[in-house]
Amino acid sequence: MYHNRLLLLGALCLAAVAAYLFTGVKGSLEFALMFRGKKLLALLLIGAAQGVAAVMFQTISGNRLLTPALMGFDALYVLILSAAVVVLGAPAYQQLDPGLLMLVNATLMSGAAVALFGLLLRKSAADMMRMLLTGVVLAVMLRSITGLLQRVIDPSEYAVVQAASYARFSRAETDLLGLSAALCLGALVLAWRMRHRLDVLALGPVAATSLGEPPLRGQRGALLLISILVAVSTALVGPVAFFGLLVSALTYLVLPTHRHAILLPGAALIAGLVLVGGQWALERVFAFATPLSVVVDFLGGLVFLLLLLKGVNR
Amino acid sequence: MSRPALGLLLLCLLFVGSLFVGATPLVPADLLTAEAWALIRDSRLPRAFAVVLSGAALAIAGQIMQLIARNRFVEPMTAGTGQSAMLGLLLVSLLMPGAEIGVKMALAALAALLGSLGFFAITRRLPPQEPLLVPLVGIVYGGVIGSTAVYIAFQIDLLQYLDIWMTGEFSGTMRGRYELLWVAGGVAALSYLVADQFSILGLGEAVSLNLGLNYRQVVLSGLVVISVVTGLTVVTVGAIPFVGLVVPNLVSRIAGDNLRRSLPLTAMAGAALVLASDIFARLVVHPFEVPVATVIGMIGAALFLWMLYGRGQHVS
Repeated sequence: MYHNRLLLLGALCLAAVAAYLFTGVKGSLEFALMFRGKKLLALLLIGAAQGVAAVMFQTISGNRLLTPALMGFDALYVLILSAAVVVLGAPAYQQLDPGLLMLVNATLMSGAAVALFGLLLRKSAADMMRMLLTGVVLAVMLRSITGLLQRVIDPSEYAVVQAASYARFSRAETDLLGLSAALCLGALVLAWRMRHRLDVLALGPVAATSLGEPPLRGQRGALLLISILVAVSTALVGPVAFFGLLVSALTYLVLPTHRHAILLPGAALIAGLVLVGGQWALERVFAFATPLSVVVDFLGGLVFLLLLLKGVNR
Repeated sequence: MSRPALGLLLLCLLFVGSLFVGATPLVPADLLTAEAWALIRDSRLPRAFAVVLSGAALAIAGQIMQLIARNRFVEPMTAGTGQSAMLGLLLVSLLMPGAEIGVKMALAALAALLGSLGFFAITRRLPPQEPLLVPLVGIVYGGVIGSTAVYIAFQIDLLQYLDIWMTGEFSGTMRGRYELLWVAGGVAALSYLVADQFSILGLGEAVSLNLGLNYRQVVLSGLVVISVVTGLTVVTVGAIPFVGLVVPNLVSRIAGDNLRRSLPLTAMAGAALVLASDIFARLVVHPFEVPVATVIGMIGAALFLWMLYGRGQHVS
C-alpha cells in the first residue's frame, strides 16, 4: 500500500539531489561537490526535521492545520537564544562552544515547549480554532519579546542573534552540521519507533486510552521529539513559517493514509524534494535572487487558506 | 468623576508627560528657554500628536471593522488591510516614482480598500458558527499579501522601506512629517457622525435592512474609513498591531456597543494605550528607543490571550 509511491518519491528526491550536485558546475567538480555536499546535507536534514515534526504535531493535536512553526516553536527558540545573549553578554556567549550551546538551547526549548504546548493541548484540544488562534498570537508575542530583547542589546550582540532570526536556505550554518545530524537522526529514529503508537494516538485520546496507549505520555514524548527537530532546523536555517504546513499538506495529498510508517518517511522525502528541488530550480533554472523561504511562505500561506476554506465547507 | 472625564484626565497627563521624555533631557523648569520651545515645537509636540492621532484613529478603525465583520477578533492591521496598503505603496513607488505624496497616499488607501473588500468577500463564505475562523483567515490572508510585498520589494531592493512600514515607530516624527495623520484623525472623527448607523451594522445585514439602513452604503463608508486610516498610518508611522483589536473589546466591556456613547471612549483609550507604550518604548533603553509596535505587540498579545481565555470567553 503506497510503497510504490514512496519509492517514486525517493527516486524523485535522488534525481533532485543529483541535479543539485552536478548541474552548472564551473571549474573543479571536486570542490563544488564538497561545497554543495554540505549544503545539500543541511537541506535534507532540515527537510526531514520539519516534515516529520509537522506530521507528528498534527497527529497529537488531531488537527491538520497546526504545525509547530504556526504555534511559535521556532519563535521560542530564537527567544531563548536572544535571552541567552542578553544574560551572558556577547563576548561570553561567543566563547561558548556552539555545539554545547545548541544542546543547551535544544534542552531548554524542549522543556519550555513540553510545559507550554502540553498545557495548551490538554486545555483546549477540543476547540481547534481557539487553539490555532492562541498559537498564532502566542507566536506574535514571543517574536515581539524577542524583538524587544534584540533592540535592547547592542549592535555587536545583535549580530550574534540576527543569524538565527531570519530564514535562509542558501546559507545554512554548516559548522554545526555534524552535531545537528546526530541530534536530528536520533530524534528521527525515535520518531520512527513511535510510528505505531502515533497511529493509535491519531484516533484521539479516548480511543487511545481504551487501546492501552496513555495519550498524555505519548503527547509528551512526541512534543519532546518535535522540539528537538525544530530546534535543529531553526539552528541551521532560522525560522520558516509555512514550510511544515506545505509539506504535510502535500504528504496527505500524495499519501492519503493514516499509517505513520508511510507518512513519516513520505513527509521527509517530500520535504527534501521541495527544498532541494526548489533551491535547485531557483538557483540554476530561474536564476532568481528571491530566497526560497519567501516563495515557500507564499505558497504555504495559500495552501493554508485553501485548507481552511475547504475544511469548513466539508 | 465620570468615566469619560477620568479618561480625558489620564490622557492629558500622559500627553504632557510624553513631552518630557526623550533623548534630549528636558524638565519643566527649562521651559523658559527658547531652545526648549524649539525642541517641543519641532519634535516633542508633533510626536505626541502623531501618537494620539494614530492611536485614536486605529482604535476607531478596529471598532468599525469588528462591527462590519460582526466578529470581535478582527482588526485592519492583521487582516490584510495594512499589508494591502504596503503593497499598494510599494507598487506606486515602483510604477510612478515621481508621483505627488498625496497621490501616493490616495493610491495606498485605495489598495487598502481593495484588500479589505477581498477580506470581506472571503469571510462572507465562512460559517457563522465558527467565529474564531475569521481572525485566523484574516491573519493568513494578510500574511499572503505581505509575502507578495516582500517578494516584490526583494526584487527591486526596497526591502528596507518595507521593514519601516511593517514596524510602526514614532522616532522619525517631526514637524512637517506627520501632518497627514490629522487627515486620518479627521476621517475617524467624522465617523462619529454616522455612529448610530455603524452600531446598527453590528446587528447584521437582515436587521439593518429591516431598520431601513442602506446597508451597502454604510458598509462601504465604513470600509473607506478603515482604509484611509490604515493607509495613512502605515505610510507615516508604520503598522501598529493590536490597537484596533484590544481597545474596542476592552471598551465595549465597560461601555457597551452603542457607538454614540462608546466611540469617544474607544478613541481615548486607543490614544492612551499607544501613548503609554510609546513612553515605555522611549524609556526602556534610554537614550535610545525601541519601536512602539514591538511594545504593543507584547502588551496587545497578552491582552488578547486574556480576552480569549479569561473572563471574556462569552464573546467568542
